[in-house]
Amino acid sequence: MSHTTRVLKSEWTKVRSVHSTIWTLAAAVVVSIGLGALICAVTASTFDDMSTVSRRTFDATFTSFAGMSLGQLAMIAFGVLVVSAEYSTGMIRNSLAAVPQRGTFLWCKVLVAGPLVLVVGLITSFCTFFLGQALLGEHGVGIGDPGVLRAVVGGGLYMALIALFAVGITFVLRSPLLAFAILMPFFFLVSNILGSVEATKKVGQYLPDQAGTTVMSVVPEALDRPYGPWEGLLIMAAWTAAALIAGFIVLKKRDA
Amino acid sequence: MIELRDLTKRYGDKTAVDGLSFTVRPGTVTGFLGPNGAGKSTTMRMVLGLDAPTRGDVRIEGKRYGELKEPLNSIGALLEAKGVHGGRSAYNHLLCMAQSNGIPERRVGEVLEMVGLHDVARKRPKGFSLGMGQRLGIASALLGDPRILMFDEPVNGLDPEGIHWIRTLMQHLAREGRTVFVSSHLMSEMAQTAEHLIVIGQGKLLADTSMSQFIAENSRTHVRVRTPEPERLLDVLTTEGLRPAAGTRGALEVDGGDAARIGELAAAHRIVLHELSPQRASLEEAFMRLTAQSVEYHGHAPGGAQAPPEGAQVPPGAPQPPPEGPQAPPEGLQAPPGGAQAPPGIPQAPPPGTGQAPPPAGTQGPPPEGPAWGEDWQRRRRR
Repeated sequence: MSHTTRVLKSEWTKVRSVHSTIWTLAAAVVVSIGLGALICAVTASTFDDMSTVSRRTFDATFTSFAGMSLGQLAMIAFGVLVVSAEYSTGMIRNSLAAVPQRGTFLWCKVLVAGPLVLVVGLITSFCTFFLGQALLGEHGVGIGDPGVLRAVVGGGLYMALIALFAVGITFVLRSPLLAFAILMPFFFLVSNILGSVEATKKVGQYLPDQAGTTVMSVVPEALDRPYGPWEGLLIMAAWTAAALIAGFIVLKKRDA
Repeated sequence: MIELRDLTKRYGDKTAVDGLSFTVRPGTVTGFLGPNGAGKSTTMRMVLGLDAPTRGDVRIEGKRYGELKEPLNSIGALLEAKGVHGGRSAYNHLLCMAQSNGIPERRVGEVLEMVGLHDVARKRPKGFSLGMGQRLGIASALLGDPRILMFDEPVNGLDPEGIHWIRTLMQHLAREGRTVFVSSHLMSEMAQTAEHLIVIGQGKLLADTSMSQFIAENSRTHVRVRTPEPERLLDVLTTEGLRPAAGTRGALEVDGGDAARIGELAAAHRIVLHELSPQRASLEEAFMRLTAQSVEYHGHAPGGAQAPPEGAQVPPGAPQPPPEGPQAPPEGLQAPPGGAQAPPGIPQAPPPGTGQAPPPAGTQGPPPEGPAWGEDWQRRRRR
């Protein structure tokens, strides 16, 4: 068995053997689907009261993903805890004593957490889409409609990328408190404000989540971004890669 | 074998470890001794490649730590902090450590059995006592059946049964031919476990010597004699081949002398004696003298002993000046040795260092002369 395979197995044992994994990931699924369903139900019942413009640019797919704005916070919590638990418990000393090749250690953690959050993200986006469309009834769309499948798969990728972004940032910050205090308000409020307010929109729309959400929209007019859906996801992926590389540099350079 | 060469660690302008060079050899328990803050833990973290040295390097069986693909099979360590996720069961904690080093899963059960934690293997360490946490740390050190074991303050906070267990374990591991490197800030603890001794203070190497040599050099006895006719006594003793030296307040100190013989000599020459007392410096005091100038924080012990003499940092092998520092309780008033485990002749002195309480009343030597413990050191610092 190669060195990398062994470290991957070890990291998988770590992830599956703590309760926080199941709680955060379950919260991401439940909150995203639940809130998405609620918003779809409300939208369906008030659809006729909406303005003509709103009705014309109505994006049924995007609406069913509304719960993800809250559900992503649980994904971020998962990403933060996977890394910060090493530091807050002192486990990092044991981990690095067992695997002194710090690059292998970090990338194996990412390789274990990544597929896990991708699977959970895809389950979330497909469930929330189908439930949302069912609730929207006649206003809903089908998975075969143009751009819809891309949006649903993109929703899963979005959830995975936001968790990995948190992994990278936490490798830089190390402390769970600091990571939560920065990431949670940022993705819950700050980035939404920066991405919506006219004055800051020009820059704000390039923030990881603002760019990433584009992939989930099917009606371009709804978001009005200067880049397409895949480009948006690519911008987010670049942010995630940058965060992970920064985390890698900090892990490599600093004393454990 | 662990080899340190010129190992140095600086944090800003503070030097935590200062040019340490020594070798830890297999087959014996090597004690790593120093006051709190001397740099023991930093050194051990550098041995494990956790902290990068500012200068110098460490070799584990001739290799750098980072070159080891399966380090747990070469060196197992128990570090000061428990380093265990409170929510991950003891079994899974050991399992993830084992998997990363290709250690078979059955070994996890074996080490849990070895340290006596098999009953709580599936429990979360959150609820573990200090002793159980320490045992889990030792289990993880033993996982890879390594040739080198390193323990940072393993007896800290343990009950007597746990202390005895760890001591026996370390000696057993050394007898199997392994390298056992264990840190402590208590001389009394080391005296009962280690055969070799490495003493550091403020990051610098103070001694690298065998325990028996350290005892021979540092627990030397001398006899204090006080007389109104010091010149005559001096003549008599010198003629008899004894080596008296001037002590404090006009007393004479006879290194390695026998109190009975000195008394008989004085009587034969009709010399009046005001005091005739055998003195013995404990290992704890020897350690205090050795490290006195390198202790970071001093507590004041009311009625404590004298400040250590200048030049206390005598390299091993050099003749030690007769102990004139802290007064050991006279023979007979001493506390009983700590059971059968204590090597003969090592009095169980109270632990030295910061904030220590004065020895119990009745066992104290003559009233202190000169400045209290630490005052002299502080004066030197101000200069």
